[in-house]
Amino acid sequence: MILSKTNRISLHKVSNFFRLILPAESQNICRHVHFKYYPDTTSKIKGETKEMNMFQAINNALHLYMEKDETSIMFGEDVEFGGVFRCSMGLKDRFGSRIFNTPLCEQGIAGFGIGAAANDVTAIAEIQFADYIYPAFDQLVNEAAKYRYRSGDQFNCGKLTVRAPCGAVGHGGLYHSQSPEAFFAHAPGLRVVIPRGPIQAKGLLLSSIEVEDPTIFFEPKILYRTASEQVPVEYYKLPLEKAEIVREGTDITLIAWGTQVHVLLEVADMAKEKLGVSCEVIDLRSILPWDIETICKSVVKTGRAVVSHEAPLTQGFGAEIAATIQEECFLNLEAPVARVTGWDTPFPYIHEKHYLPDKYRCFFAVEDTIKY
Amino acid sequence: MNMLMRFNKKFLDKGSNVCQSIKNYASEASFETKPFRLHKLESGPSTHVSVTKEDALKYYKQLHTIRRMETAAGNLYKEKIVRGFCHLYSGQEACAVGMTAALRPQDSVITAYRAHGWTYLMGVTPLGVLAELTGRQSGNARGKGGSMHMYARNFYGGNGIVGAQVPLGAGIAFAQKYQNTGGVCLALYGDGAANQGQIFEVYNMSKLWDVPCIFICENNGYGMGTSAERASASTEYYTRGDYVPGIWVDGMDVLAVREATRFAIEHCTSGKGPLVMETFTYRYSGHSMSDPGTSYRTRDEIQEVRQTRDPLTSFKERILNANLVTADELKSIEADIRKEIDDAVKIAKSDKEIDLHELTTDVYALNIDKEIRNTTPFKPLPASNLGPAINV
Repeated sequence: MILSKTNRISLHKVSNFFRLILPAESQNICRHVHFKYYPDTTSKIKGETKEMNMFQAINNALHLYMEKDETSIMFGEDVEFGGVFRCSMGLKDRFGSRIFNTPLCEQGIAGFGIGAAANDVTAIAEIQFADYIYPAFDQLVNEAAKYRYRSGDQFNCGKLTVRAPCGAVGHGGLYHSQSPEAFFAHAPGLRVVIPRGPIQAKGLLLSSIEVEDPTIFFEPKILYRTASEQVPVEYYKLPLEKAEIVREGTDITLIAWGTQVHVLLEVADMAKEKLGVSCEVIDLRSILPWDIETICKSVVKTGRAVVSHEAPLTQGFGAEIAATIQEECFLNLEAPVARVTGWDTPFPYIHEKHYLPDKYRCFFAVEDTIKY
Repeated sequence: MNMLMRFNKKFLDKGSNVCQSIKNYASEASFETKPFRLHKLESGPSTHVSVTKEDALKYYKQLHTIRRMETAAGNLYKEKIVRGFCHLYSGQEACAVGMTAALRPQDSVITAYRAHGWTYLMGVTPLGVLAELTGRQSGNARGKGGSMHMYARNFYGGNGIVGAQVPLGAGIAFAQKYQNTGGVCLALYGDGAANQGQIFEVYNMSKLWDVPCIFICENNGYGMGTSAERASASTEYYTRGDYVPGIWVDGMDVLAVREATRFAIEHCTSGKGPLVMETFTYRYSGHSMSDPGTSYRTRDEIQEVRQTRDPLTSFKERILNANLVTADELKSIEADIRKEIDDAVKIAKSDKEIDLHELTTDVYALNIDKEIRNTTPFKPLPASNLGPAINV
């Protein structure tokens, strides 16, 4: 059981909806977990570790950062009691007025954060769900992303980080499940980062806060509790520039980010067992800017690629990856690049398990690509 | 000496004697402003305002420089040397000049796209403004921003999206409070932007947290091509913060604006939180250069404002009638400004554009690739940074 007694009390304040997401009394965190979690056991970060799930790792990162940088502030809807996903637990008690609740106004939160960051304050904003980020779209795309460029480097808001929980959670329905990374991937000047688990989340979040560009950090919310790892307790950063080869292989390259990396890891096991195929699995980690080199080197080696994400097919970030692979690795390709993604529908409630690119759909794509 | 001689000559011509003219030669003068209107404030600034000779000459110079610079900008646009967007401030000069007169070194300003005058007042030369308009390297942002994006220390721009700068202003002001600088931020927007939802979001946040932000609605009567009355259910913009106190000021009177701004700064810095200030003003040009500005209002209306409310003419008359300055002094200032602007125009026309490699500077603090993707296959462009930033 993850929640402490105090957490359970705080949770009573949260609306019924959020209790559905975070049932305080149940081990079964979600009605439908569509993947098997593969803990990161090969982390190269040295030193003492502690078992943490992803919300605890993120919470730990925030504690470490706010302790380190006294100019930093963190704000968002209900962050004072820990936030609906508990990522800001204990920060209010420790850092007082540097942590504060905002009204429910995402556009204002984003604009306010950009202004504070432009005036030399490290601003960490939480948007309660990535699905709520759209009112802030103009602020992030027009104000944050372009500040440095349009001023000829005189002004920037690189001290802004926006955290937002994204992705499927089993029962989130239309407005608590979306993965909007591709919308923001179209805005040069922004960074978009998505971790696949606790160790990654801590290191990538600290890098995202430190990097001198405005960064949107999407946290796959189903991982907050389902993902647990031995997380190094020290302050550490992970590179925003490099995709990570999570499993090496020779026959086909599987590319994903966030939760979907775990789906593909299971697919890699299935492909090994059922087809005798060796899959190379890559976690992209940073969606914008993205690491073309690691992806293309892998595809040059394997000659085949499958990209998978939860967001819909059309104009999903997989389209960008597929197009780039096609350009860069054309003569190495043995088969068309396959995309396995959410359907081109709104994110469904009762049909979530059909909508998601689960291991079976991904496996069939691997099989088709191998047999092409 | 020269000044005194000219001064004496004027009065001698009129048949006055020298002694009398010296007696009338004031170092300070007082005027009455139109009454301020107050919203949820017990008292406002005094309508009895005074100005020293030195300040009067300074304000006159600033007012006139902006007018002249905007005329030059309009002409450059008509000559097709300035392309794209260009929003002129002519008619509204007293707003920015009056506010600047009340600013202290620790205060900040952020405005929308009608930014030329503000950029000049915050320390950029007319050349820096005009060359930015023409997209040349002497431009304030080296020609990378254009008309709407200019910057200076404590001046956060020049922002192109209607109303989007206002939440930034609240954030900037919050950072000032947080860092105990004692400063305030002036977040400016127009009567058109006043109907943007995000402005109400930050009224609320700022009042909640007593953020030292002065929300300033420059009401020039028209949001693009729609009059305030046809766009706003309430045109009393100074009351639209509801629970945020407000003040209305005649935006054509530089001294009234200065007094109101001093009052607003005092209000914010005394811990009472934000204030909404409406400066009632007028724009002579269209919204931007594609708008002739005459399809939704009559030429007579514009003429009437020019004749009865013009911020330059009215200030000039006041300080002349009070014998605070002489006509010759003002003429001399005007001649200097004319020359400065003419020279700036020449350079803004002839100056070089920045090299193509700057197309790919300053996208990120540090780019992950050596080159920006997809520029040209023939001559790849490296990613680099000009820096250093002046805001952090």
